[in-house]
Amino acid sequence: MSHIETFYEVMRRQGITRRSFMKYCSLTAAALGLSPAFVPQIANAMENKPRTPVLWLHGLECTCCSESFIRSAHPLVKDVVLSMLSLDYDDTLMAAAGHQAEEALEDTIEKYKGEYILAVEGNPPLNEDGMFCIIGGKPFVDQLKHAAKHAKAVIAWGSCASWGCVQAARPNPTQATPIHKVITDKPIIKVPGCPPIAEVMTGVITYMLTFGKLPELDRQGRPKMFYGQRIHDKCYRRPHFDAGQFVEEWDDEFARKGYCLYKVGCKGPTTYNACSTVRWNEGTSFPIQAGHGCIGCSEDGFWDKGSFYNRLTDIHQFGIEKNADEIGTAVAGGVGAAIAAHAAVSAIKRLSGNNENSEDTSA
Amino acid sequence: MNIPLNASQLDNNGRRVVVDPVTRIEGHMRCEVNVDSNNIIRNAVSTGTMWRGLEVILKGRDPRDAWAFVERICGVCTGTHALTACRAVEDALDIQIPYNAHLIRHLMDKTLMAHDHIVHFYHLHALDWVNPVNALKADPRKTSELQKMVSPSHPKSSPGYFRDIQNRLKKFVASGQLGLFKNGYWDNPAYKLSPEADLMAVTHYLEALDLQKEIVKIHTIFGGKNPHPNYLVGGVACAINLDDVGAAGAPVNMTSLNFVLQRIKETQEFTKNVYLPDVMAIGGLYKDWLYGGGLASENVLAYGTYAQTPYDSSTDMLPGGAIVNGNWNEVLPVDVRNPDEIQEFVDHSWYRYANGAKGLHPWDGETAPSFELGPNTKGTKTDIKELDEAHKYSWIKAPRWNGHAMEVGPLARYIVAYASGQEAVKEQVDRSLATFNQNTGLDLGLKQFLPSTIGRTLARALECDLVVDSMLDDWHALVNNIKAGDSSTANVEKWDPSNWPKEAKGVGTNEAPRGALGHWIKIKDGKIENYQAIVPTTWNGSPRDSDGNIGAYEASLLNTPMERPEEPVEILRTLHSFDPCLACSTHVMSEDGDEMTRVKIR
Repeated sequence: MSHIETFYEVMRRQGITRRSFMKYCSLTAAALGLSPAFVPQIANAMENKPRTPVLWLHGLECTCCSESFIRSAHPLVKDVVLSMLSLDYDDTLMAAAGHQAEEALEDTIEKYKGEYILAVEGNPPLNEDGMFCIIGGKPFVDQLKHAAKHAKAVIAWGSCASWGCVQAARPNPTQATPIHKVITDKPIIKVPGCPPIAEVMTGVITYMLTFGKLPELDRQGRPKMFYGQRIHDKCYRRPHFDAGQFVEEWDDEFARKGYCLYKVGCKGPTTYNACSTVRWNEGTSFPIQAGHGCIGCSEDGFWDKGSFYNRLTDIHQFGIEKNADEIGTAVAGGVGAAIAAHAAVSAIKRLSGNNENSEDTSA
Repeated sequence: MNIPLNASQLDNNGRRVVVDPVTRIEGHMRCEVNVDSNNIIRNAVSTGTMWRGLEVILKGRDPRDAWAFVERICGVCTGTHALTACRAVEDALDIQIPYNAHLIRHLMDKTLMAHDHIVHFYHLHALDWVNPVNALKADPRKTSELQKMVSPSHPKSSPGYFRDIQNRLKKFVASGQLGLFKNGYWDNPAYKLSPEADLMAVTHYLEALDLQKEIVKIHTIFGGKNPHPNYLVGGVACAINLDDVGAAGAPVNMTSLNFVLQRIKETQEFTKNVYLPDVMAIGGLYKDWLYGGGLASENVLAYGTYAQTPYDSSTDMLPGGAIVNGNWNEVLPVDVRNPDEIQEFVDHSWYRYANGAKGLHPWDGETAPSFELGPNTKGTKTDIKELDEAHKYSWIKAPRWNGHAMEVGPLARYIVAYASGQEAVKEQVDRSLATFNQNTGLDLGLKQFLPSTIGRTLARALECDLVVDSMLDDWHALVNNIKAGDSSTANVEKWDPSNWPKEAKGVGTNEAPRGALGHWIKIKDGKIENYQAIVPTTWNGSPRDSDGNIGAYEASLLNTPMERPEEPVEILRTLHSFDPCLACSTHVMSEDGDEMTRVKIR
């Protein structure tokens, strides 16, 4: 096994002082929501853990995951690519093409057997012998299986790799298939979303590099640290939901006041993601804050759950439809606030009851 | 240069060179060329190697949801398909959006344009011109002098700044782990920049990486996230509240407007101080490499965009029109609804038409797959060594305008705008040509200069500059309109499908970063009955048609000499100048979905 440089070695080599290195470690701890007590552990890990090669493959996809990844602000993507890992193959960004690109892939597989991380964006189509996605004259699924064989771990970037996403929406004509159905003998970390949030992507990678282990996953294979709660649970408009204050139609006075978007189809109550906490693009905003309901893009099969503007009443497990409707009617009709408040409370009770269950059943 | 534009004129006897995957593009693409004994490209074959099928997936769905599905055609030109889908639905249902929504959509679309152009140049295209390994040899003081000469206003120009970057690069290269730069063509004589120019450009590669994440925050304000911001049929979802209760939690308020203004100004500074000067400087240093024009000097097409007055295309900042046979004196009108003008052909595409139809207008489009390889294919179905371009060879269809293959994109827009007499564009282009001639000592005419790989790359930079400047105008127009008492952002009269006609059809057009984009929709009983999109890369990356006319990618590669055919620097350079987007071009799908023709090797 060839020697792979540690994080610390790389940072020192790049002229970063011990003091800056420790500062970086404490920022990392803070970013991951850990107490300062973890800083020495992080420092230790970074001094001793090897710097890991990453192979980033692309199947049927739209490249939104790569685009999201390069938006990362902390850490900056240039630091990720230059200092934290070695992105040895990524056909969206790499200089080489054709044979030279394929050689780069093979080199890393050979040289770092069992040591590299395989990151997959998109998914393989299985119809037509896989030839709906061709790399180097061969089906993408071949390249995927080949690269997975000696990977240490596999990251499924985005909803395509995790669930299938848009090309797998009914009738899934190419038989686009999430990667866990093709790679069955490796740990796979699903980082769903269309795309996932940039800092969630780099957060998952830095966690793995820093702690030398996979993040704790839920039953569906998603890191609990980012996908453990629903968008609704931490939404800044949640008080309006609780108070029965809803946007009734686009651009009404309630939309301007920033009321809850539940009645215009928001899927925040059933979507597990970090949008309302980490937010998007360096914490600038997130879909609900910008006035459009969540479309649930990190959930399995979200394309086939009815219109994005249908209320969640259609979804049985949500189970608050009647009450929430009554709340809306009461507010719209100008009926006494007390009734609305009462209904809201009962809605919340039932919702939080559901919440406890879904901690487990979400998986 | 006489470029042959028909397959019958091409010579495929020479050595065959295969590039697969073509990297630094969106999606999956293959390119094969034949070079003659002087290593000059005499035949070119461009193949889209992916296919996803969104249009059939759209059938039967709620037209108000279409934007979200088609937005996922592409995450690089994110938002442009969503916008075009909203326009197609609104056209079908006769919905007019409020003026604020018009301005906010323009701001979002222009944000994409600027972001896409900048990322394209630095992160997808620059390594075709710039050699990062050569930058290690640079003298940082001379790089500093070069920077100050090329762009006196750029503040990041000190010798120490460049020395720091160079040190970082040196240590990176010394590690032996070259990452993304691994196996590049760094000793190929096709790279012509001085070490100092290389260091300057690599530095800007990193600066651009930092900047691009800022530009897109305009999408985050108005659309909630980037990539894939949210859109809305009838307007925009980001309600405006400047001074009433709840303003602080509203999508568009004083702070978010200020935030947007700041991002516009940053992008403007970068474009003027870094992007445009870099393109002019690098273009000048490659003055002897004026290949890659291809179709651009003959046939170009634009639908036009950025109307000053909503729904009045005569006020488009970038006008629409078509030029054929190299006659820049005449810009022909384009009618996207006319069934005889735009048609798609599949003779060389992996599809078949029922009833032996030749070309079909998108409202009547068919997309049944037919994956067949011709008799001269080398290899097997699942291990293709060389394609047979006399037969079917691509997942991309061949769209034609009145039978002509057309180039679309920033260069096509700029040629159409110039020929239409658009003042701002004329001024930009004339000034650039004069500067280029002055810097290089050449005396090129417009038609020698603009239709080229360098001209295509320059047109993109000029367009970025024009578009970002106009974002300031949009921002002020938005503020003035709000000031005048209009806070409306959505027209909801026809939000409810019960207010729709039983049947309707519509078309939405736009100028995406890569060129003319059209979506055609048919609605029946409140559901999507048919949906077809013809995207820029379908035009540019198209295979041959039934008459043998070749597409823009193939034409652009012809007559180009290669330094080392086994190292495809020149092929990449010219293909990248189009900014290929393969997921866009090949998303079309069959009517019935799951019935797939088996491959036949003849």
